[in-house]
Amino acid sequence: MKNSYYIYMRELRSYFVSPIAYVVIALFLAISGIFFYLLLQSFIQMSFRMMMQAQQFQMQVPAMNINQMVIRSLFLNMSIITLFMLPMITMKLFSEEKRSGTIELLFTSPITNWEIVIGKFFAALTVYAAMISGTLSYVSVLFIYGNPELMPVISGYIGLMLMGAMTVAIGGLISALTENQIIAAVGCFGTMMILWFVGFASNFVGPELGALIKYLSVMEHFTDFAKGVIDSSHMVFYLSFAFFSLFLTYQAVESTKWRG
Amino acid sequence: MIDVKNLSKNYGSFEAVKDVSFFIDKGEVVGFLGPNAAGKTTTMRILTCFMPATQGSVSVAGFDVFENAMSVKKRVGYLPEHPPLYQEMTVESYLSFVGKIKGLSGKNLNMKLDRVLERTSTDEVRSSLIAKLSKGYKQRVGLAQALIHDPEVLVLDEPTVGLDPKQIIEVRELIKELGEDHTIILSTHILPEVSATCGRVIIINKGRIVAEDSPENLTRGLEGQERIEIEVDGPSKKVLETLSKIKGVLDVIIDGDGTDKRYKIELEKDPEVRKAIAASVVNNGWGLIEMKSSGLSLEEIFLQLTTEEEGDA
Repeated sequence: MKNSYYIYMRELRSYFVSPIAYVVIALFLAISGIFFYLLLQSFIQMSFRMMMQAQQFQMQVPAMNINQMVIRSLFLNMSIITLFMLPMITMKLFSEEKRSGTIELLFTSPITNWEIVIGKFFAALTVYAAMISGTLSYVSVLFIYGNPELMPVISGYIGLMLMGAMTVAIGGLISALTENQIIAAVGCFGTMMILWFVGFASNFVGPELGALIKYLSVMEHFTDFAKGVIDSSHMVFYLSFAFFSLFLTYQAVESTKWRG
Repeated sequence: MIDVKNLSKNYGSFEAVKDVSFFIDKGEVVGFLGPNAAGKTTTMRILTCFMPATQGSVSVAGFDVFENAMSVKKRVGYLPEHPPLYQEMTVESYLSFVGKIKGLSGKNLNMKLDRVLERTSTDEVRSSLIAKLSKGYKQRVGLAQALIHDPEVLVLDEPTVGLDPKQIIEVRELIKELGEDHTIILSTHILPEVSATCGRVIIINKGRIVAEDSPENLTRGLEGQERIEIEVDGPSKKVLETLSKIKGVLDVIIDGDGTDKRYKIELEKDPEVRKAIAASVVNNGWGLIEMKSSGLSLEEIFLQLTTEEEGDA
């Protein structure tokens, strides 16, 4: 496992010496920041309206739920934005090494393919974690000026991490299948889009198939996390998808040797 | 040290290496010579455990490359055709990473890192980005990468390709120096490189070994043939005709240095043939000015071997 750590450190450093990580993180924070601003703005406007109405009719101000109105929507938005951002993080994981020939160094060094796969997976996941941790600043604003519930925030971040782990594993797998980074990015993006849209399709097919398709939808599993519910069945979904993809990645890396 | 037995490798239906066997002793420097796509890189990749063989067995330093890949990898340093460099790293951090995944750590790593930087004369660029280095330095860093864990066996795939003449000489010097305490197998399609660095040559063409000997022996003669150069004072057309008729002479050509007096003769390896040539020159009343044996150059042997093969197929 020491070797995994070396691979991890090298990979992580390469993200942060090239502009990729900064550009992706900056874009993500800008887009999610805009969403956060709009959500908060509409929440504040609504609150004012409620207060005015309450004053007019001499009533008590009704309780407004910032968790439901801002935080939940923020997490749902972020989960969709990450689907667009993650392929850019994972695309180079293996394809870059194949193209530049550095894979020859890894394959002829006394390290196992599992150590390579695990090291790279966690490096990309760390970049992702750094990316979403930037949004803590948005959430902390809410905690400074209001008193939202903490639990949905925690579960939301857990959900984002789990979904990210799955996406990173899928992106790594597709990157291991090609030398071309663009194909790797588009492939990962396409796969994630399908796993997202497939949820809508569940309404148009029979109940049995519908349930299956619904189960495959990434978003379907995320909604509970955004609501503040940590359901182990959703965790199982994300983690099993991630493990399965890592296993396939290992197989893909192993097979490049055989195919030459 | 390296024992290859009946090695074959197929890519789909394409046979890249066919039934190749050779043995390399400890401390030898062996050149692997062949045209492009002859199977050199494939063989090297199998030696270094990059890919498995289709058939046959390969053992390096006493370990089978398939069953004991980890033990082999620890003992082999490999410089692929394109040095496996991470462009965004500095030379020092790159070599330190390679050292770590090769199993070095702590003081030992730092010591070996300094030594390898010094040995490949890359010390002055240790904190430069690899992307900014010249081709020559990149090649050296590639060599440093192969050397860092002090392997017993060095496998170098075209170590001088793309370098300028001065750098080529420097890299060859380095290889010679390394040859003193390493077993080295290097591939190339540049012939002088082999005579400059190697103690033994394996010529490979279309996946098969076509010749295996020291560069001297290969140059000296080939399958019972030899070559002499003579200088004759006489009518060149007639001389050519007469000489060609002598039994045992395979080919006569006029050496084009303008005088029309020098001839290159390929003949069977038999002193009687030489005597007959000399006698016929003298009997015709021409002056025999010079007669000397000249070895086939490695280029010629190489071309002969690799084109013969084509004729057979």
